[in-house]
Amino acid sequence: MTAPAPLVRARDLHVSFVSRDATVKAVNGVDLDLDAGEVLCILGESGSGKSVTLRALMRLNPPNKAVVSGELSVAGHDMVTISDRQLSSVRGKVVSMIFQEPMTALDPVYTIGRQIGETLVRHEGIGRREAEQRALELLELVQIPSAKRRLQAYPHELSGGLRQRAMIAMAISCRPQLLLADEPTTALDATVQIQILLLLRQLQQELGMGVIFVTHDLGVAGEIADRIAVMYAGRMVEAGSTVDVMRGPLHPYAKGLLGATVHSGLRGTRLTTIPGSPPDLRHPIEGCAFAPRCPHALETCSAGVPEFRPMQAGRAVRCFRSEEIAGATTRPPSRTTPQGVLLP
Amino acid sequence: MTTTYSSGIAEDAAPPKVAENDDTYWRAVGRRLMRDKVTLFCGAILMLMAALILFAPLVAPYGPTDGSIVRRLKPIGTPGHLLGTDELGRDMLSRLLHGGRYSWFVGITPVAIAFLVGGSIGIIAGFAGGKINMAIMRVTDVFYAFPSVLLAVAVSGSLGAGIANAIMSLTIVFIPPIIRVAESVTTGVRNLDYAEAARATGAGARSIVVVHILPNVLGPIFVYATSLVGVSMIVASGLSFLGLGIKPPDPEWGLMLNTLRSAIYSQPMIATLPGICIFMTSVCFNFVSDGLRTAMDVRA
Repeated sequence: MTAPAPLVRARDLHVSFVSRDATVKAVNGVDLDLDAGEVLCILGESGSGKSVTLRALMRLNPPNKAVVSGELSVAGHDMVTISDRQLSSVRGKVVSMIFQEPMTALDPVYTIGRQIGETLVRHEGIGRREAEQRALELLELVQIPSAKRRLQAYPHELSGGLRQRAMIAMAISCRPQLLLADEPTTALDATVQIQILLLLRQLQQELGMGVIFVTHDLGVAGEIADRIAVMYAGRMVEAGSTVDVMRGPLHPYAKGLLGATVHSGLRGTRLTTIPGSPPDLRHPIEGCAFAPRCPHALETCSAGVPEFRPMQAGRAVRCFRSEEIAGATTRPPSRTTPQGVLLP
Repeated sequence: MTTTYSSGIAEDAAPPKVAENDDTYWRAVGRRLMRDKVTLFCGAILMLMAALILFAPLVAPYGPTDGSIVRRLKPIGTPGHLLGTDELGRDMLSRLLHGGRYSWFVGITPVAIAFLVGGSIGIIAGFAGGKINMAIMRVTDVFYAFPSVLLAVAVSGSLGAGIANAIMSLTIVFIPPIIRVAESVTTGVRNLDYAEAARATGAGARSIVVVHILPNVLGPIFVYATSLVGVSMIVASGLSFLGLGIKPPDPEWGLMLNTLRSAIYSQPMIATLPGICIFMTSVCFNFVSDGLRTAMDVRA
């Protein structure tokens, strides 16, 4: 093989939820590529379709309601047509997932050791005793102190941070090629957040996993991601390397997100927000979905959906006017106070 | 941004609050049970009753149907008749002991069968959701619409008299409410993250139900089912009264309660004795099952 196929390849991925009353088009044509060992962060506000995209990657959206179409392959498996049997062997072994709430994502009636072992028993056909041993190694790998004792602990006996570590141990137990993380730090304290991020980054490098990280926290994205993709109303609106996107966002929405971030440098000044709210995905949107909230919108913006145009240096943006706007200054996410004094 | 954070052991410095780690689950359950005085007390009463009932022919001073009309309605404490005699002069203690055999049988058997059948159907309905859930629950509603006694009478009447048919009809009466409870508990658990997390690790539907759903829903269903034991005894007595269940002169608590109605003014204490037995059995079952559930719950 000369050029190895990317770990994840999605082309024109659509996911909609059909119910009796309405059809919600949550994801509307997402293109996505991820190489082995790469960390991609999908950014977006609530309802932008980022979690749905993530779940689509392992077909976790409710099967009787979600309709998936387009092209989607993960590690060579076609995830659109995959059979249930194959799906069971892919989930947990090739792709696994970390959930947002470590509180509810662990089964309260089993010990941590038993739950981690469960996945190993399922996929590697080893006995319970051996699985327990492996679980212990995993707990040590995710840096849970006094791991041996924690093996016998029930989820409610652990703190949020430890629980999330246990979740991570569970997710990486079978050395997956792709790890999906759905806002894994949102439910945690700020100090614990950074520990978990560093741990994830470290594990990712040690195990060479591809990671797709969903978050609405720009700080988190900057900390862990190689690349950032910004989603809005079920479409990618901007993609590029973390540094590029953070330094100079091209899409007005990405600009708005960066401008609305709270950090100490802005103390005493009024925060900018993005006016309006995300569109209702039950109804089809004409033209650029962001146009109603966009400070730069022209009448032409509502005429047709802008292309996701490749730009320089591996970037892409979905905006008619990105070149014109790029020059215009919205406030950059600087770390300086208005007086220009650098904070420690 | 400072990157000098260690990937942190600080949060874990707190002293271990998990002291029960070195012994096994069942020993922990046993220890928690030993601390629960109410459960122990009720458990002891139940065991005593079970033993007395089981050995009734050996313990009872008279046969259950031996009596003489001249000794009718003797008060409690009469020499030779510790708990007095009933309206036909039969020894109450002997009849209560023998009657317990029937009562426990018709009280527990229908509930046990209904627990298995109704519990399974309810869990399937709750887990499957959608159209299957709809179909099962609407059929359940049809049964639910009848008053339980009426339904039992109707079923029992069409099947014919006899204890086996009485049990069958009681089972049919208890299945719908158990389905209801099982379905609602399962629906609640199914949508929790850990069920989805299990799916994300490649667990199939069967293993999710067996491993993750069952242990989380059995407790509430079980506790609800035990509360039906008392009801079952009462409804069974109603069937007996109509000649559809146990036939006189065989003793059965519910039946005794019915036949002693006439004595409620002359010997109120004696007339209420079978009722007290039913009440104690049902309350003790309830407390014990609740206590067991609490002791077996790791979160408590």
